[in-house]
Amino acid sequence: MSLSNENAQAYWSENLRIIITYLSIWFVVSYGCGVLFVDALDQIQFFGFPLGFWFAQQGSIFVFVGLIWAYVFSMNKLDEKYDVHE
Amino acid sequence: MSLDALTFLFVGGSFALYIGIAIWARAGSTKEFYVAGGGVPPIANGMATAADWMSAASFISLAGIVSFVGRDASAYLMGWTGGYVLLAMLLAPYLRKFGKFTVPDFIGDRYYSNTARTIAVICTIIISFTYVAGQMRGVGIVFSRYLHVDINTGVVIGMAIVFFYAVLGGMKGITYTQVAQYCVLILAFMVPAIFLSLQVTGHLLPQTALGATLDSGQSVLATLDQLSVELGFAQYTAGSKTTIDLFFMTFALMAGTAGLPHVIVRFFTVPRVKDARASAGWALIFIAILYTSVPGVAGFGRVNLIQTVNGVENTGREYSQIPDWFARWENTGLIKWEDKNNDGKVFYSKTEENELTVNRDIMVLANPEIAQLPNWVIALVAAGAVAAALSTAAGLLLVISTSISHDLMKKTINPNLSEKQELLYARGAAVVAILVAGWFGVNPPGFVAQVVALAFGLAASSVFPAILMGIFSKRMNTAGAVSGMVAGIAVTLAYIIYFKFLGGTSDQWIMGISPEGFGTVGMILNFIVAKIVSSMTAEPPAEIQQIVEDIRIPRGAGAASSH
Repeated sequence: MSLSNENAQAYWSENLRIIITYLSIWFVVSYGCGVLFVDALDQIQFFGFPLGFWFAQQGSIFVFVGLIWAYVFSMNKLDEKYDVHE
Repeated sequence: MSLDALTFLFVGGSFALYIGIAIWARAGSTKEFYVAGGGVPPIANGMATAADWMSAASFISLAGIVSFVGRDASAYLMGWTGGYVLLAMLLAPYLRKFGKFTVPDFIGDRYYSNTARTIAVICTIIISFTYVAGQMRGVGIVFSRYLHVDINTGVVIGMAIVFFYAVLGGMKGITYTQVAQYCVLILAFMVPAIFLSLQVTGHLLPQTALGATLDSGQSVLATLDQLSVELGFAQYTAGSKTTIDLFFMTFALMAGTAGLPHVIVRFFTVPRVKDARASAGWALIFIAILYTSVPGVAGFGRVNLIQTVNGVENTGREYSQIPDWFARWENTGLIKWEDKNNDGKVFYSKTEENELTVNRDIMVLANPEIAQLPNWVIALVAAGAVAAALSTAAGLLLVISTSISHDLMKKTINPNLSEKQELLYARGAAVVAILVAGWFGVNPPGFVAQVVALAFGLAASSVFPAILMGIFSKRMNTAGAVSGMVAGIAVTLAYIIYFKFLGGTSDQWIMGISPEGFGTVGMILNFIVAKIVSSMTAEPPAEIQQIVEDIRIPRGAGAASSH
């Protein structure tokens, strides 16, 4: 595991970029769709649900699951790219 | 077979299973006792985490809250699942790489300070005891309803079972029992949920059924809105909380979830860093199965309840015509009917004419009876509720005993403790913790709902920021972390105690933020204070900065160790 300092830095900043990307989606879906803009979204009907209500009670949870798995796959790829996997 | 016989069979059978697993997975070393030897596969760990996480509150109370509160309850649904995204991306992989046994271990080592470690131990113990009190009571209530024993006898039976596998098996025993308990509890939740959706809408999945159209041509949600408004309740799909309060509350629940010690330690039990990430993914899938079904169960339960009690005209119904379940739950005191206008009819509404008091918790427990499902479904729900309560109680008790034997005895008081002695302390502490938890179960503090705000507020304002800064800021030092934690805990505790115990009223809330949401403010304050104080004091020693460098790189995690 002789990872050069430079590589370790590059790995870390790519890691941070991945986290920031996914957490932005996390924020928009839960706090955006489920809390802040919920009233506007409620005007739209979605399979029998007002859309804002659906995001707040179900949709956000599905997105959370998808986000963690997207993160798992992105990180596995990144670990291999920098040869820091186990 | 009668309902009682079936319940004995289901609950008894599940107990036999848990005990069998406990004997098979007996812990022989501290490593097995604390982190199950560090060799748990990610799927199994995901299931165990889900069972650990989903307590009597998730199983019994959550659908009840959604059912009676409607839209505003989304803070719980999003908060208690969204926290796993934070956990997976910001904490779990790095803590796994760090490779110790407990949360105070990380905080004490990273901030090279026994003061920081002790604060973390105290927070861990308060959070865990707060939580466990409710679990033991939950076990007692389920036993008293279904097995017709006294609530206290029920608590003692629950204590005996947990004693058996937590003290014998430690984390190893708990992990594999939790896998079994997850299977029991998810089956017990989903079977009636699917029955209900089929019955009400013809849809198989409660997730889609809530959006379905009823025979009347109206959607389920529109029907709920209409029924609620007719009876003087707020519209089901409209919220009454302010946007800012909902925002802060959801955030406090998310950060609190990510900072709960009994959830975090589950990620120490897997072999590699990538397994820690995947475990979080599995855990959330297993949790989401239940959580995304909750809104459906809550909605159908409410329609059923209103229509059964108020009749088709929605104006009240003769007491003699109401099905048997009503009287059975009246006996437990969870439903109360007072015939105010002496017309012999039961009427439920938000207005003055209301004659019915319904405890929210019966939504899940009585749902199968209200929907007239077969007896074996009702027996299954009893076994599921017990599994949910026991699995969480065991995880919490383990965290308490580990904090005492490892962080307090071994790391702070007597570093020369041999492994055998440490294990003995761990088992001894588990016994004491079970007795204390049982005492709380028999003599409930009477404010279980209030103390939940306390547990999440504390976790969000102390543990979560301290760990996060320990990983993402190399510059964070002892002085910064300790002063941040103290500031965060102090304001959060003061706010919660003032409003929950000293009679503060909601018009005094700062910026309209409820005590449940104030953990977010405590967390922000923690970050700010820590940043300012650390920038004015010396940077951490080189070897600590090296530790931070090291936990950021996955390779070389090895097994969790005490050195």
